[in-house]
Amino acid sequence: MNVDEIKTGVVLDHIKAGKSMELYHYLNLDQMDCCIAIIKNVKSNKLGKKDIIKIDAEIDLDLDVLGYLDPNITVNIVKDGKVLEKKKLKLPTDLRNVIKCKNPRCITSSEREIDHLFRLTSPEEGIYRCVYCETESK
Amino acid sequence: MRHLIEIGDLSVEEIGELIETANDMIANPDYYNEICKGKKLATLFFEPSTRTRLSFEAAMLDLGGSVLGFSSAESSSTAKGESVTDTVRTVGCYVDIIAMRHPKEGAPLLASMSSEVPIINAGDGGHSHPTQTLTDLLTIKREKGRLDNLTIALCGDLMFGRTVHSLIAAMSCYENVKFILISPEELRIPDYIRVGILQKKKLEWVETDEMESVLGKADILYMTRVQRERFFNEADYLRLRDTFILDTKKMEYAKPDTIIMHPLPRVNEISPKVDSDERACYFKQVKYGKFIRMALIMKLLEVSK
Repeated sequence: MNVDEIKTGVVLDHIKAGKSMELYHYLNLDQMDCCIAIIKNVKSNKLGKKDIIKIDAEIDLDLDVLGYLDPNITVNIVKDGKVLEKKKLKLPTDLRNVIKCKNPRCITSSEREIDHLFRLTSPEEGIYRCVYCETESK
Repeated sequence: MRHLIEIGDLSVEEIGELIETANDMIANPDYYNEICKGKKLATLFFEPSTRTRLSFEAAMLDLGGSVLGFSSAESSSTAKGESVTDTVRTVGCYVDIIAMRHPKEGAPLLASMSSEVPIINAGDGGHSHPTQTLTDLLTIKREKGRLDNLTIALCGDLMFGRTVHSLIAAMSCYENVKFILISPEELRIPDYIRVGILQKKKLEWVETDEMESVLGKADILYMTRVQRERFFNEADYLRLRDTFILDTKKMEYAKPDTIIMHPLPRVNEISPKVDSDERACYFKQVKYGKFIRMALIMKLLEVSK
């Protein structure tokens, strides 16, 4: 199967197989009107299978969201058909309004328009906890 | 401007200074009785409390300051739907410092993000209760003479017992402190304490659901109440309420110099007959609570001696 190369835009490579649709929604790509290709289950030497997302437009991606979802993703910035930059991701220290606290006793469950804040408390295990109530994100 | 949201907001040195000031207040109360003259404390209690609220109010009055506030969410604009943030910003226009209790975890932290006066967390849900911890530390220091080289047994509701969480966090900062965690399976300490403190700091600790066999090892027995208000299910509360009851018979297993502590209120987890045992320290804890809160108010208001 062939999907055309993009001229200018972003290629998200090394997405864990099956995770591309989740990423698509988290990054609000459904709200864009440019051409976007989601390629699932591509053969990969490193991962066995992987997903790829190609976005045919220059956009500012939220790298914190991407890093939280999968720090192994490679972000390729493409300009005039060439890869201008390869960005490696890492788990972000803080997350603002990316995920929500599910503890019904947390203040985030009752206060209006509150920012949902999470902090990386255990980088080795990738554990995030709600800044308000310290409940682990699931 | 400083707030006290969790016990970790204070360094070990600062806690030592607060204990020193509180000890001086106990010895020389007259010296401090006008030190906060003209200052106002608001006690915003969105959840009922006897000891903590009155302790804060007595503390401020004994420093020569004045107090205002409310003692339930129903008697504040919260009943009209006002947010925590708006309530705190409003009250901050009238007072110099706020002590806040709220049933939702993290409410005092949220308040501190927009407040123009210092916020003291006077208990947020099952999460944290740092001024009770300061009270506990002052009690331990006065009654045991040290905060290190101690074995502390914590018994009862270790899951929702916020005083337990804050006390473990605080005691973990001192040398050679060991923990014995006594609770029913369903009320064991939450993971953020087990993993985030006990395992991370490589502390010595055991979990058990049996009281008698471990009592003889403890320098301190810290009893807690199974809290009805933390349960969504009344049947679970009733089933777990009577799991651990300290009576004169069980006291025979404890060492002659073990001290018995409890943040109070108690329901039935300590028999009133234990009160006359000289190892029972929970009413001394109440008394010490006022003095450590006086020291804290002075510190956060940056009032010097």
